[in-house]
Amino acid sequence: MKKNAPMTITEKILAVHAGKKQVMPGELIDVRIDLALGNDITAPLAIQAFQEIGVRRVFNRNRVVLVPDHFTPAKDIPSAEQCKILREFAKAQRLTHYFEIGQSGIEHVLLPEKGLVLPGEVVIGADSHTCTYGGLGAFSTGAGSTDLGAAMATGRLWLKVPESIKFIYHGKLNPWVSGKDLILATIGDIGVDGALYQAMEFCGEAIRKLPMSGRFTMANMAIEAGGKNGIIEPDEITLKFIKPRAKRPYKIYRSDQDAHYANVREYDVSKLHPQVALPHLPSNVKDVRDVGKIEIDQVVIGSCTNGHLDDLRVAGMILKGRKIAPSLRLIIIPATQEIYRQALEEGLFEIFLSAGAAISTPTCGPCLGGHTGVLAAGEKALATTNRNFRGRMGHAESEVYLSGPAVAAASAIKGRICHPEEVTKKGA
Amino acid sequence: MILEGRIWKFGSDVDTDAIIPARYLNQSDPKELAKHAMEDERPGFSTAVKEGDILLAEKNFGCGSSREHAPIALKESGISCIIARSFARIFFRNSFNLGLPLLESPEASEAIKDGDRVRVDLSTGEIFDLTQNRKFFAKPIPPFMQELLRDGGLIPHLQKKGGKRNHRVTQKS
Ligand code: SF4
Repeated sequence: MKKNAPMTITEKILAVHAGKKQVMPGELIDVRIDLALGNDITAPLAIQAFQEIGVRRVFNRNRVVLVPDHFTPAKDIPSAEQCKILREFAKAQRLTHYFEIGQSGIEHVLLPEKGLVLPGEVVIGADSHTCTYGGLGAFSTGAGSTDLGAAMATGRLWLKVPESIKFIYHGKLNPWVSGKDLILATIGDIGVDGALYQAMEFCGEAIRKLPMSGRFTMANMAIEAGGKNGIIEPDEITLKFIKPRAKRPYKIYRSDQDAHYANVREYDVSKLHPQVALPHLPSNVKDVRDVGKIEIDQVVIGSCTNGHLDDLRVAGMILKGRKIAPSLRLIIIPATQEIYRQALEEGLFEIFLSAGAAISTPTCGPCLGGHTGVLAAGEKALATTNRNFRGRMGHAESEVYLSGPAVAAASAIKGRICHPEEVTKKGA
Repeated sequence: MILEGRIWKFGSDVDTDAIIPARYLNQSDPKELAKHAMEDERPGFSTAVKEGDILLAEKNFGCGSSREHAPIALKESGISCIIARSFARIFFRNSFNLGLPLLESPEASEAIKDGDRVRVDLSTGEIFDLTQNRKFFAKPIPPFMQELLRDGGLIPHLQKKGGKRNHRVTQKS
């Protein structure tokens, strides 16, 4: 038998789904998809595309997931109309996975939580942060509405096999440094198009120790470097997360040792401090100690990047027994209903409320300047979200800074961007 | 296919929030979206742009979200083609899926000026700047994507192929 050329984890997953022994970077392939995802912004157009194709039924009613999460609970009449299109389509197609508010959350945190995405699968979503599921060793990527419409009809998608870049993180993380800081530092290093059309494979000692939440955060922001997908090989931590959730079989893939990479970048993370991305690009990254005195009007802790329970716990550790600066608004948004419940049960809500925070029902909300915390002209926000483009959170003359939950919580107390140690060292 | 129009020049990393701000995404009517194309980036763009005009940008055009509303807004506003040094990948596939051609040419991206009149030949990738009387060549469009453009986008392409590829409910879990 002829031996295959070595492949990366991304290439292996794509080869299997294309029904091939081997794929090469640059090759255009037609892949079978395991799951297709849409939300209240992208699904209405996808449903229209689906109907235009002239197919009556979706390829598999268990493998099309619709999550109205961006402008929900519906913020105005047009949003309510968009949500209605999803609801009616889900009903007509008898979709098993349509998530109504109250049992829902932000799609990219919700799907892994429900065990709907598994290692080794191919997932496409009409949302750019679909790349999040690479955190558990799946190939997942964002596409457009037309792609989603076609995928719902055919269960297939055309793709170009990406080249892979390997990112190796050596050393142990400092206190208050998380997956968010690793990915911000990486985007700062390679730029917003540093991984354009490429797969970003994250590995090394620091990744092996990272909890699932941190892995999702890193894969989530691969798109912010232009990446097609971010991916982390599954290990015991992944399996511990997956085992109680998985309802169907899955397969673990690993990169061959001699697989080919377009580039290999290595970092010593033992010297890394919390990172902040300054306006207006996620690559405009600085060590939190070097940002200078930046007073802020609003802090948002939430989103598909950092709305996990772990993120709320970190915020809770810092906010416990402290009050936020009177000049500032703190908005905390648990990413899913389940996280909301757990945070409540663990006593985190008591801490947040006593600190002076507003707690929102799960939604994308302010992350995309949608609702629940939109910025006025001249206002500055620090957010645990993933994008700080001009106008992303509201007025074109507002500013967004990005950080992990520790810096966000500490800065809410100080009223200006600061290192968490400034708050925790002095004690309360 | 030959296109000709005025050039509207933009810089690097123009993101999808700049092309169409999220505040207009609570609906998806192309005409409504076109009215707000590039609103924060270049006020007045949507009223000044004419049918057939060509957009020119530097690197990583269309980065950010997957919103197809971005290429829809540009196409509906009259833009016939976009030339850039490079494109963000979701924007790239969305545009071809909609039948909006994109050309990558670092030389053209650098040399062509705002307001120039330009003629583009999609089959050869030739870009001719009529104002400067200069010629550039873009990377050829891959055959599969030329097919998408000829068919008018992914949906008409699939319609042409018929319901053949509808796999119905084949997987059980
Ligand atoms: S939280 Fe923000 S980035 Fe994530 S899916 Fe929602 S809008 Fe997009």
